[in-house]
Amino acid sequence: MQITSRAKRVDKKPFTFLERAYLPAIFGGMVITIKHLFKKKVTIRYPEVQREFSPVYRGVHMLKRDENGAERCTACGLCALSCPAEAITMTADERKPGEENLYREEKYASVYEINMLRCIFCGLCEEACPKEAIFLTDSIPTANFTRDDFTYGKDRLVEPLVRPVKHINAFEEERRTAWNKAR
Amino acid sequence: MIKVTIDDTLIEVPEGTTILQAARMHGGDLVPPAMCFYSKLKGSGGKCRVCLVKVSAGSEKDPRPMPKLVASCVTQVMDGMVVQNLTSPEVLEARRGVVEFLLLNHPLDCPICDQAGECHLQDLGFEHGAVKTRYMEGRRVFNKIDIGPFIQLHMTRCILCYRCTYVADQLSPGRVHGILYRGDVAEISTYIENSIDNEFSGNMIDVCPVGALTDKTFRFMSRVWFLKPMDAHRNCTKCCGKVAAWMHDDKIYRITSRKDKYGEVESNEEGNPNWICNECRFDKKDKNDWVIEGPRAIDRHSVINQNHFEAPYESLLNNRRLAEPKILLQNSEETN
Repeated sequence: MQITSRAKRVDKKPFTFLERAYLPAIFGGMVITIKHLFKKKVTIRYPEVQREFSPVYRGVHMLKRDENGAERCTACGLCALSCPAEAITMTADERKPGEENLYREEKYASVYEINMLRCIFCGLCEEACPKEAIFLTDSIPTANFTRDDFTYGKDRLVEPLVRPVKHINAFEEERRTAWNKAR
Repeated sequence: MIKVTIDDTLIEVPEGTTILQAARMHGGDLVPPAMCFYSKLKGSGGKCRVCLVKVSAGSEKDPRPMPKLVASCVTQVMDGMVVQNLTSPEVLEARRGVVEFLLLNHPLDCPICDQAGECHLQDLGFEHGAVKTRYMEGRRVFNKIDIGPFIQLHMTRCILCYRCTYVADQLSPGRVHGILYRGDVAEISTYIENSIDNEFSGNMIDVCPVGALTDKTFRFMSRVWFLKPMDAHRNCTKCCGKVAAWMHDDKIYRITSRKDKYGEVESNEEGNPNWICNECRFDKKDKNDWVIEGPRAIDRHSVINQNHFEAPYESLLNNRRLAEPKILLQNSEETN
């Protein structure tokens, strides 16, 4: 009984002599394999060489500081509210007298955690932030062995006070030369 | 009974009602907003000018329009009065101006403010205000004063609605706070930094339409939209003991009185408002102190409804969309 019209009848004709010899087929396969040896490689040697990122690439978050070096985040919770993956949690605290240079407003986030396993890097937190505190950078979260290591706290999210500009530039240069060499 | 037309809707109300209360009896879009008027506080209203409406016919006997916009919370209805609220562009224009004035000295620190999410000024600005401020000058600043262990005063956010002074006058003997100075330097304060420690002083927090008076025990603990309001009660010797407990998981973060859709304290069967005492509000934060009745109904468009996926049980039962598949099933059985 034929159920569909798309069924194909199996060809059960015996092999011809050339087909039985196998050698032409093996040779054809080898030609394809060897052709690939001379083609441009599709992979790169990752940690040494990195691909160029799109200018709008969304990577690991950064909690920015203002021009005086104080944290901009006030723990208003709008990033956590807008987060579709519910990756952001925070605890707010009140700024004490004498901490004005550390935190910009009366209230600040004493704990701010983003679970990078949950995060889908959609950038809605960046859009929701009324204080221009959170931004997605162009770096990707590093690989880790335990799940806990993917929960980024303030130690890894807050913008470093003094940015090691020279070091970054040196690394960039190294990366660029390696990339050019690989090309 | 008196017949009054508000926004092309005919409403019959008893004599002596104000335009605002007549509109609230009908409900819906035709209700003017109110910042200072509080129906449970005698003498409130007439200060913020947010509820301005246009009276295009004074009454049946004298159908001339009123020359200026009137404050609907203190103007009584007349038979045959015709009122325009949202249908009058003049009213919307005036209201936008009033909102701009209210926000002139407001610090707009909503990301820090504990009231954000249930703030009437936020709602008002969202519905009637301009998108951007035109104000360039410096805003008011005040010396911070401590008015006691339970209530946090942020004078910069105050809009001088006087509701909190009415609460102190009408709920507690001997008020110790009030409005000092006049005009643009007027401020809420206690006399020589007196602390407010009356049994019912916490209700000032509930009547405050903005974040000028907030709960110190809840200060910066969470945001209102992360919490779920639950109806709860306990046997209290001082007050009715009927409260809304704002919970997350099993933890009570704060206690407020139960509020209706106009942000006012709900009334009991006798019509008395369910004010709650400070012991219930500030001291009983343990879940075992309360009998939790169930989740409170929240407006679907409220920010407090964000990320809360459970619907109250009764609304589930009344949900027609859920009931329909059963009907379909019966029909298909019949056709088979």
